[in-house]
Amino acid sequence: MTVRTASETAGEGTAERRPPNRALPAMLGPAYLWLAVTIFLPLSAMLYFSLLTETPFGERVAAFTVQHYLDFFQKDFYQTLMLRSFRLGAEVTLYCLLLGFPCAYVLAKTIKGRWREALFLLIILPFWSNALVRVFSWTMVLRGNGVLETAVNWVFPDFGSLGLMFTYPAIIIGLVHSYLPYMILTTYISLQAIDDSLIEAARSLGAGRLTTLRRVVIPLALPGMAAGSILIFVPVVGSFMEPRILGGRQGTFIGTVIEDQFTAVFNWPLGAALSFIMLGFVLLIFALSAPVLRRAGS
Amino acid sequence: MSRRRLPLTSLGRVYLGAVLLFLYVPIIVMAVMSFNASQLYRLPIEWSGVWYERLAGNAKLIDAGLNSLGVALVTTVIASALGTLAAIAFFRYDFRGKKLLQILLFPPIAIPWLIIGTSMLIFFFWIGIGRGLHAMVLGHVALALPYVIIVVSARLKAFDPHLEEAARSLGASQWQTLRYVTLPFLAPGVIAAALFAFAVSFDQFVISYFLAVPGVSTLPVEIYTAIRKGFTPEINAISTIIICLSMAVLLGVARFYKFGGER
Repeated sequence: MTVRTASETAGEGTAERRPPNRALPAMLGPAYLWLAVTIFLPLSAMLYFSLLTETPFGERVAAFTVQHYLDFFQKDFYQTLMLRSFRLGAEVTLYCLLLGFPCAYVLAKTIKGRWREALFLLIILPFWSNALVRVFSWTMVLRGNGVLETAVNWVFPDFGSLGLMFTYPAIIIGLVHSYLPYMILTTYISLQAIDDSLIEAARSLGAGRLTTLRRVVIPLALPGMAAGSILIFVPVVGSFMEPRILGGRQGTFIGTVIEDQFTAVFNWPLGAALSFIMLGFVLLIFALSAPVLRRAGS
Repeated sequence: MSRRRLPLTSLGRVYLGAVLLFLYVPIIVMAVMSFNASQLYRLPIEWSGVWYERLAGNAKLIDAGLNSLGVALVTTVIASALGTLAAIAFFRYDFRGKKLLQILLFPPIAIPWLIIGTSMLIFFFWIGIGRGLHAMVLGHVALALPYVIIVVSARLKAFDPHLEEAARSLGASQWQTLRYVTLPFLAPGVIAAALFAFAVSFDQFVISYFLAVPGVSTLPVEIYTAIRKGFTPEINAISTIIICLSMAVLLGVARFYKFGGER
């Protein structure tokens, strides 16, 4: 939703008039001044801190160094974690695609009218509730003697323990649950824009159901799927709360290590450097997917 | 419509139902467990309202809830005002650097909150703004602004600029044009944007977590602390209340803002 509409709608109206002298600073100044103080200056400060030897508060005097960046490339520990985080992001994105596409398709192409509106709202409704609360609620479902285990044992007596809580799959389940509505939303918007007669034409020209899907529907829905993938991948790579709550000891990722630098270890320069390295990889992925996203804007 | 199509369609609906079940099960479990007397979430359920009573006596959680509401309300007012002004400027005028300014709306949305939150912590601490509720308002407004501008801009797309010209040529001042022509038309968009901003702030955890000072926090931060210390069923009760509130806000947004375009 956001990626698409932002590029499309943010002020693309009929803007022929030249602004009067003071109108622009008065109207845009407050918003962008705010963004400068809260986003762009902090990011610059973070870059500066990432080049310091230590957190320069109190008595401590810091010098410049690139050691934290070197550390990342010299120590396997950080690289393994970064890789683990990116794998988590890729897996969650993949599952969201696999689960979300059929869902969006059914919604966009087989359900009409008020029902579609109601179901659509039902899908984005949980998304609106607090992410933390939803992750917490999974602990009650997944834990030993929890709801899922009780249900499974009720159907299959003597099934025993599922042992899902505090495992990697538990983190995946929680994250997929958190981000699936994003994928359904963006894919739905793309699918809905496909003219039904295109699909009918393909069918009447002899294309089978699968061929139509593969050659007509999926290529046209690709921008929405790409937008959804980015909206999911980026926050998952940086997630720390979900792995901590659902993963227990299995929940160490680059996000949790960065969090530790700021809340427990008080090594802000290292945390800042790791953040920037993560941001760099994320931007790289943005750049690689730019061609597909550009099609979303046209 | 061929006859072979029917089973596939119903299969699709069954699938949609299954996905909905997956999305709602944890939420329903949370709500049901908040009425379970057992502190260890034992099954079968012993119905009881004891956790809601406990919640009423839990000053820490209530304070955090009030803080959350306060921060969200202030954020909503500031973000809606600044964002609407900016959206109108983008709509009305063409100027150099406009594209760049629009691109600058993406970082708050696209950069992981973890990085935004920690960078705010560094900067605010460094220049003396410090942490606390005021710092959270600073951060939440930044996150909500792009959404407000996007939602209001979407509404402006349907606005006929000749209306403004007509008002001006009939002698209305800049301000009168804004007050009596543009804003009334924009109202549904601004209300939707305001509700968006409220939800963004009220549900925000990551930024608040890094900007909270011990003792003064918002509900999500307090809940996170409680979860990490060990489960308490009062958290279920407050969470159920939050979820109901959030959903009510979304239903409010849906009234003014069409999700997913034309239907």
